[in-house]
Amino acid sequence: MTTSAYIAGAFEHPTRKATDLAVGRLYAECIAGALADAGLEHKDIDGFFCAGDAPGGLLTMVDYLGLKPRHLDSTDFGGSSYIALVSHAAQAIAAGKCDIALITLAGRPRTEAGPMPFGAPSAPPRPWEPPVNTRLVDLYAMCAQRHMYEFGTTSEQLAWVKVAASHHAQHNPNAMLRQLVTVEDVLQSPMVSDPLHRLDCCVVSDGGGAVIVTRPEIAKKLGRPLVRVKGAGEAMKGQNGGDVDLTYSGGVASGPIAFDQAGVRPSDIQYASIYDSFTITVLMQLEDLGFCEKGQGGRFVADGNLISGVGKLPVNTDGGGLCNNHPANRGGMTKVIEAVRQLRGEAHPAVQVKDCALALAHGTGGWLGSRHGSATLILERE
Amino acid sequence: MSIDAALSQNHPEIVPFSAAAAEGRFTMPTCRACARAHWYPRAFCPFCFSFDVEWVEASGDGEIYSFCNPAPAPGTNVIAYVRVKEGPILLTHLLDADPASIQIGGAVRVSLQAAKDGQYFPAFKLA
Repeated sequence: MTTSAYIAGAFEHPTRKATDLAVGRLYAECIAGALADAGLEHKDIDGFFCAGDAPGGLLTMVDYLGLKPRHLDSTDFGGSSYIALVSHAAQAIAAGKCDIALITLAGRPRTEAGPMPFGAPSAPPRPWEPPVNTRLVDLYAMCAQRHMYEFGTTSEQLAWVKVAASHHAQHNPNAMLRQLVTVEDVLQSPMVSDPLHRLDCCVVSDGGGAVIVTRPEIAKKLGRPLVRVKGAGEAMKGQNGGDVDLTYSGGVASGPIAFDQAGVRPSDIQYASIYDSFTITVLMQLEDLGFCEKGQGGRFVADGNLISGVGKLPVNTDGGGLCNNHPANRGGMTKVIEAVRQLRGEAHPAVQVKDCALALAHGTGGWLGSRHGSATLILERE
Repeated sequence: MSIDAALSQNHPEIVPFSAAAAEGRFTMPTCRACARAHWYPRAFCPFCFSFDVEWVEASGDGEIYSFCNPAPAPGTNVIAYVRVKEGPILLTHLLDADPASIQIGGAVRVSLQAAKDGQYFPAFKLA
């Protein structure tokens, strides 16, 4: 069974450093942008969806924005939340709980520089995990290290993920990093957490985005290209009580749920937005979603295979988190937005996938090497 | 090393672990119902959800499952996942390790570290 909800509006804030814009203002501008894109008005919104980036939480944001929703959802599992929230919105619409669902994200970690929160003091693992010096990147570096050990994956192969992103970002005037880079550039950049180099890591940027999901009767009146939510899956993966396996992500579970619902296979996907917090994240998620066999991700991403017009699977044609932006340290929203652009034929002409009718957006939120939520979304152009 | 694990107010379940550690014993929560050890510790078994869990002294021996070198920060410890002989894989620190001599599969031995508030944390050293 496929869903019958449509993405009617999508907007990505152009800022990458919002020195003079408070986070709340960014939210409001993203919402205004998505409404204008859809051809809808503020008063039309009757479903509100946000995640952990919302300052003051859902109650504060709804009141601040002057919204009067009859359906609310603040599911949070990190940066992939927004991919899951599109699915939640589709479910709420199918259940008659709302007609026009707004999903929001904004933040300015670049301006408000500070450490990323590493869990609440009462979180059960807190006393038992390395209490000093563990950084988010370390939890990804250990995945890369183990992947290299088990499958022979190389730093050169990981670097190709960044190279592909830079090929796309050169065409995006808003991207933070528009300069083409080579495999050598990545390998010669400073080591951040061995085996991950600086250029294996995504950018820190301000910004945000918003997406509007609605029911078919409304979507078909709006005159925008019809982008249907065809399948969705979500899953969580953790340390399993000590039965740790760093070689796979929750995508092994969320992917099949989404593909089954959509009734398609990985080989049918023409464009994929894959959350690229780090290069290793992309490589593992591609394996877990079935774009290649487990352990073959290094070979799959190499030699430009992710570059639009060059390789077999165009990935992150906006430049992704590695080169374009990573608003609020959460990359899920922009993954949905670029997939919508591709399906509408509104991506940059240099990276637009010809006759793009089936796209995937997938993300890992939280920490790849300890606990994370995976969300997969399959979208179809009608 | 200084480990700021001043979390016992939030986590009274640390106390028995730390009491044993103060006597030099490394203990792991082990389920009497299904006989499995788990990590990180809970008052129940995450595999069978039995609350019949006891702290059992562990060998302290293990091997490196994965690791990373936080290269540019001198004095920082290597972060690692260590598989202990009893089965579970722990997220931990490798102390005093020469980065060149660390490899996956390498033997390690537990090193119980006192935290600021009298609690303990199980770090490891190359064996």
